[in-house]
Amino acid sequence: MANLKTVTKKTKAQSMGMHTEVLTGKTQQKFFNPDEAENFFYWGTHEVDFNKRTELDVKDMDCKIANNKIDRLMSEGYGTIVIKNPQGKHSLGVGILNKLNLIFEGSLGYFGVGSIDGPIVRVNGRVGWSCAENMMAGKVVIEKNAGSCFGAALRGGDLICKGSVGARTGIDQKGGSIIVGGDAGAFTGFMMQRGRIVILGDVGINLGDSMYDGTIYVGGKIGSFGSDAIESKMTSDDISWLERKLKVAEIGNNFDVSKMTKIVAGKKLWNYDALEPTEKKGAI
Amino acid sequence: MCGIAGLIHKGKSVNIGSELQSMLQALKHRGPDSTGYALYADNEGQNFIMRFKVGENVAEGSSSANEDTSVYDSRKKLVDKNLANLGAIIVKEERLTPYSFRYEIKYDKDLMDFSKKIESVEMVEILSIGKSLELIKDLGDATVVSERYGLDKVKGTHGIGHARMATESGVDIKSAHPFWGYPFSDVSVVHNGQLTNYWNNRRALENKGMRFMSECDSELIAVFLAEKMRNGATLEEGMRESLSGLDGVFTYFVATKDSLGMAKDTMAAKPLVLYESDDLVAMGSEEIAIRSILPQEITTYDPYDGEVKVWQI
Repeated sequence: MANLKTVTKKTKAQSMGMHTEVLTGKTQQKFFNPDEAENFFYWGTHEVDFNKRTELDVKDMDCKIANNKIDRLMSEGYGTIVIKNPQGKHSLGVGILNKLNLIFEGSLGYFGVGSIDGPIVRVNGRVGWSCAENMMAGKVVIEKNAGSCFGAALRGGDLICKGSVGARTGIDQKGGSIIVGGDAGAFTGFMMQRGRIVILGDVGINLGDSMYDGTIYVGGKIGSFGSDAIESKMTSDDISWLERKLKVAEIGNNFDVSKMTKIVAGKKLWNYDALEPTEKKGAI
Repeated sequence: MCGIAGLIHKGKSVNIGSELQSMLQALKHRGPDSTGYALYADNEGQNFIMRFKVGENVAEGSSSANEDTSVYDSRKKLVDKNLANLGAIIVKEERLTPYSFRYEIKYDKDLMDFSKKIESVEMVEILSIGKSLELIKDLGDATVVSERYGLDKVKGTHGIGHARMATESGVDIKSAHPFWGYPFSDVSVVHNGQLTNYWNNRRALENKGMRFMSECDSELIAVFLAEKMRNGATLEEGMRESLSGLDGVFTYFVATKDSLGMAKDTMAAKPLVLYESDDLVAMGSEEIAIRSILPQEITTYDPYDGEVKVWQI
């Protein structure tokens, strides 16, 4: 566990009077306090051993049963789970909040591995819409193509597609990295707020439309820029980050990242913090 | 939401009814209200196959008014009389449900005049006319409709289908997909999405003599394409024009006697997964539709915004 310290310095948002209002009822807001031991308990997680491996054939299961079986296997300590015959089923592998090696031998449908926090996932096939939506941490590698809304509202971790992805990749992205070996469709990075998107191939129209912040790197042609998206100059920090990330992503061998186009938000919102402290630390 | 599926076997004939049924049943969760098939069957090709209905399915879930079934017989008699007046010869006739018929007819004149005359009978709608096209649609899921009309034995090269969730119009056969590309034989369309310039387009097309049978926005696609082709455009040209002529979000399939096409709106707002090999193209709103006939690992992809593709048998 990281050595956490209580932050006493007021953030910009707090000095502006935000986060101080008294909230009641359903909207009551609770802030993380590292002094409270119970906050370190992450409900629904399991201690697993990567060396303990098993297989699960989900051919005749619906997603709820399959996900419950995965949870059961994790509770028994299995740290490497191979899913056989996913056959395009929706919502498989969602809500996994602990470390795990999860391997899908086949393709997933919609909302595959959504809302995960920590596992390493490999899909030896294609994924449908909204893969890894709201992912917090971990690494997801798709060997073939992906559908639209790839990494929607991604908050952290590395989401990698070795093939091409559909429209609205990284829509509402709030952190983490999306890396695509092939092409991407229209509205890539739509309303993006933080994090990075790397597309080695071409992208469609309206790239980075209405983006608040974050960075998009494109290796191929760009259909058109969306509102608020502008080209920016590549720096040595960008290049070193890209080289490192492509190596992690196992794609783009010998790809000349210095020739990529960098896209950022051209307009800054009046009260928008560019990066959270943790992102600043991990940015370079 | 709605689910659409289509497939084409290049150069060979298979049990197309059964395959499409599997694909549409896999998409049932996207549209439980009605299911429709446009099957391009191995018919002899000498005579026209006319599928028509003389009333609505008023079973549970239908938004149609109940009718005395005796009116179906009187409407059928009027259709038969009109056929005789048009010089059409009924070679074979089948009554598939109390309200729907399949006629094999000899006829070699203008199909628009023909259709207007037949549909002048109250509540009568031609679902399709073609030498290969068999268009069937009714309330219920894919299996229910297939069993009701005996579709699992239909052999052919290609077909498109639709599992409908009624949003823009009623739960009835007239609003169900596919739509026939009136007045062209063997043209059919299925659609997933919403068209927002329906009424503007409809008024313009009606002024040009085109006919609408429902208030379902999806019918506009069939009529839009038919009007383009009537003015000399190829199917693909008409489909490309539809990308700017139709406003809204859509993925649609169109099929003719020897081809299958897909088009996706410029926002790519509606889903489509596509598998293509040398001898087969299969596509659907979700991958599970394709997996229902190709369970082995295959490579599929999402076509991009504004994409139009047409395949030949």
